[in-house]
Amino acid sequence: MSNLLAARSQMAVSLAFHIVFAEVGIAMPLMMVIAEWRWMRTREHVYLELAKRWAKGTAILFAVGAVSGTVLSFELGLLWPEFMRFAGSIIGMPFSLEGFAFFTEAIFLGVYLYGWEKISPRAHLAAGAVVALSGVASGIFVVIANAWMNAPAGFRLIGGQPVDVNPIAAMANPGAFSQTLHMTIAAYASTAIAVGGIHAFVLLRQRKSLDERLVRFHRGALAVALSIGIPAAILQPLSGDLSARFVARIQPVKFAAMEGQFSSERGAPLRIGGWPSEVERRTRFAIEIPRALSLLAYDDANALVRGLEEFPRNDWPPVPVVHVSFQLMVALGTTMAIVATWAGVVVLRHKSFELSPNDRPLLLGLSIIAPFGFLATEAGWFTTEVGRQPWIIFGVLRTKEAVTPMPGLIVPFVVVSLLYCGLGAVVVWLLWRQIVKTTGDRTQVDRISSATTSRP
Amino acid sequence: MSTQPFLTPQSEIAGAIAVALNIYALSAGADFGGGVWDLFAIGPRRDRQRELIANAIAPIWEANHVWLILVVVLLFTAFPPAFSRLMTLLHIPLTLMLLGIVLRGSAFTFRSYDSQRDRVQRRWGRIFAIASILTPLLLGVILGAIATGKLSAARLSNPASFAEVYVQPWLAPFPIGVGALALVLFALLAAVYLTVEAKDAALREDFRRRALWAGTAVAVVAAMNLYLARAHAPLVWSELTEGSLAMGFRIGAAISALGAMASLWLRRFRWARVAAAIEVSLILWGWALGQYPYLVPPDLTVDNSAAPPATLRLLAIALVAGLALLLPSLRYLFKVFKEGY
Ligand code: HDD
Ligand code: HEM
Ligand code: HEM
Repeated sequence: MSNLLAARSQMAVSLAFHIVFAEVGIAMPLMMVIAEWRWMRTREHVYLELAKRWAKGTAILFAVGAVSGTVLSFELGLLWPEFMRFAGSIIGMPFSLEGFAFFTEAIFLGVYLYGWEKISPRAHLAAGAVVALSGVASGIFVVIANAWMNAPAGFRLIGGQPVDVNPIAAMANPGAFSQTLHMTIAAYASTAIAVGGIHAFVLLRQRKSLDERLVRFHRGALAVALSIGIPAAILQPLSGDLSARFVARIQPVKFAAMEGQFSSERGAPLRIGGWPSEVERRTRFAIEIPRALSLLAYDDANALVRGLEEFPRNDWPPVPVVHVSFQLMVALGTTMAIVATWAGVVVLRHKSFELSPNDRPLLLGLSIIAPFGFLATEAGWFTTEVGRQPWIIFGVLRTKEAVTPMPGLIVPFVVVSLLYCGLGAVVVWLLWRQIVKTTGDRTQVDRISSATTSRP
Repeated sequence: MSTQPFLTPQSEIAGAIAVALNIYALSAGADFGGGVWDLFAIGPRRDRQRELIANAIAPIWEANHVWLILVVVLLFTAFPPAFSRLMTLLHIPLTLMLLGIVLRGSAFTFRSYDSQRDRVQRRWGRIFAIASILTPLLLGVILGAIATGKLSAARLSNPASFAEVYVQPWLAPFPIGVGALALVLFALLAAVYLTVEAKDAALREDFRRRALWAGTAVAVVAAMNLYLARAHAPLVWSELTEGSLAMGFRIGAAISALGAMASLWLRRFRWARVAAAIEVSLILWGWALGQYPYLVPPDLTVDNSAAPPATLRLLAIALVAGLALLLPSLRYLFKVFKEGY
């Protein structure tokens, strides 16, 4: 494994790991706040219990998110010192703002998790709301930095060095809006659909063994999750469409790779599935919908879509990876949107987000799509990041010029990967044991909720 | 020293970085120190010592930890070449420190939320404690390596062996001495803070005794470091001995160290807390001013590695606005969970 490949792989592993916790850190606080707010409004005890149970899981996930994020801030320099030397002054701004968002997030999360008995219920709810807001803010700031790597702005290049640096213009880069929007909705869709799916699964599986109170608990949880998951999953393909239009304009070579479009073509077809061959320069086995790609990307069925052939061969990203991950994201997203629409119809019919345990097909559907959001997120980031190759800053700095000269990068790559495999396994084990397995046992629930309340 | 005015935009940001590092040492440093005392929890009140430590750390460690992130982002935004140099030459100790950070944070959280069975608890507790020792050691090693002035560009451009470039600058007596100093200082801070937080007299005495031990260790290690600095960190050494400002810092640090020990002896725990915090801060500022205007000696200074003015100006604005938001929030956090702030 070459040094460059080891560095790229380490970055990919670290980011792919972090993003799961980041999404949870963005969306869970909102769900806890909704649950707590419903408790304050209705005084139904299940909602308080729900907020506390979720808070417990979130505490674990948040801590892992915080440490894995710290690793990333260092890795930007440890692996890509030339990138940071070039870009630090241009794009450090959103990272600094993100730093302050982390502060508010961590401070009020501490207040939220450990302050149940120490502050008034209103103050407690407000602390939760601050966590929810600053979570979104930190996500937005860091994705702005990433959007800049895709659509660099806010400087001029003279002799290979940036001059006339304008950090505000860098933040207002043309990719920022669509990418931050898509990412923020993704966080809500992934987390809410996953949480909803877990509770739907418990309702489905343990319908008979659950007592009345636990049924209420899981229905309540599902209701809160669906109130966010349904709109987010339905909006996500729309915002994805917006993203795709921006990619078509800003990074036509990435767009061509995503779509498996080798030759430039008017009235280009939309390809579903298929395998692009870089050697044969065509995409085989795809279902083609005539002219649909031109229509989708440019609102004109005869618009010209530029193919990979227009670009030098050494500026191509690895086409199959980009195409397949993009297709995977779209397939997962479409499925999620369909199930979410179905759930929306049922909700409208019930006039309530609380599904009945008898809506079995829907509960099954929701259980199946539980992991889809997180999978789509990973696939989406692979599209974005692998699609940017061979550039680290698109059109400006090549990835291979940015990597650290330190030899033997395979060692940290293996260490970090093992560490994260271990951590991931422990987290899954802990959540499984505490949040899923104990749900069938009522005394456990009581014990857990009293344990959370009595924590100092 | 430079002939420039003392307060340029870049020197202000450099000062802000030092302030953030200082607060990190005082807050997160004590959290790491807590881990050290978790490992050395002994005697009849062992479990209660551990509980006190855990309760003291739990609500605040994540917020405290963000000061380090602030240091990193300010450094790469305002002084990109310095960041790039450090991250390249100190790749190994930085990576090891990250492992420590990851293991400390996650093991601590897992311990709080995992089953209450003793064996499982101890496993997480052990990892938490060992990582709490490793991390400050490496943090000190990194700061010490910077102070030796060996992280030059030439090291990278001349063909040299792997060890010469990536190992020798930090695996050396002076950096290791600074690592040891950071460790005992953090242990001192933790023990002193815990004397204030302990609710009952017996526990308070436990930590008083530990604080006195740690204070003694600090004196020994600090003296050893001064000796090493003379041979291995000429820049810091000459500033420390000749610069009158830095000399003042050193004397101040020694006085506050004595003050902390005396207050502990007399059981004036709140005074001891203040004195220990001042001691740590003065040591840190003695080093920072000792190497000013150099960020990464021998060649990268605050001026020649600064980002363009537009970036520095915006960063200063962001810092002021951010602190206006942050300080009241932090005050609130400590008001809810800590007494006497
Ligand atoms: C819940 C997750 C999720 C779902 C259901 C979708 N996406 Fe997505 N997508 C992401 C999560 C995501 C992401 C992980 O969040 C990405 C990676 C980078 C980014 O900003 O968002 C992304 C990137 C991304 C990009 C590339 C942006 C760039 O390179 O700058 C495009 C074109 C789309 N998406 C389009 C879509 C379409 C047409 C979808 C239709 C169903 C879709 N996404 C569903
Ligand atoms: C958290 C979600 C993210 C995921 C899952 C992700 C995924 C990836 C992947 C798979 C790579 C390797 C690409 C390749 O080399 O083929 C990569 C590279 C990289 N990413 Fe991301 N990314 C994410 C967000 C970000 C953000 C927000 C930034 C910066 C602000 C960023 C900066 C980088 C850098 C600097 C590299 C290395 C250079 C390169 O390979 O081009 N990433 N990422
Ligand atoms: C190169 C890319 C990235 C870097 C350097 C980075 C850095 C960090 C750091 C340092 C933290 C810890 C904050 C704390 O101590 O509380 C963190 C947490 C977080 N990050 Fe990232 N991050 C990156 C990518 C992302 C992406 C793509 C998102 C999402 C959209 C994101 C969203 C979050 C959120 C919401 C948190 C707080 C929640 C939690 O800890 O679970 N980050 N990140």
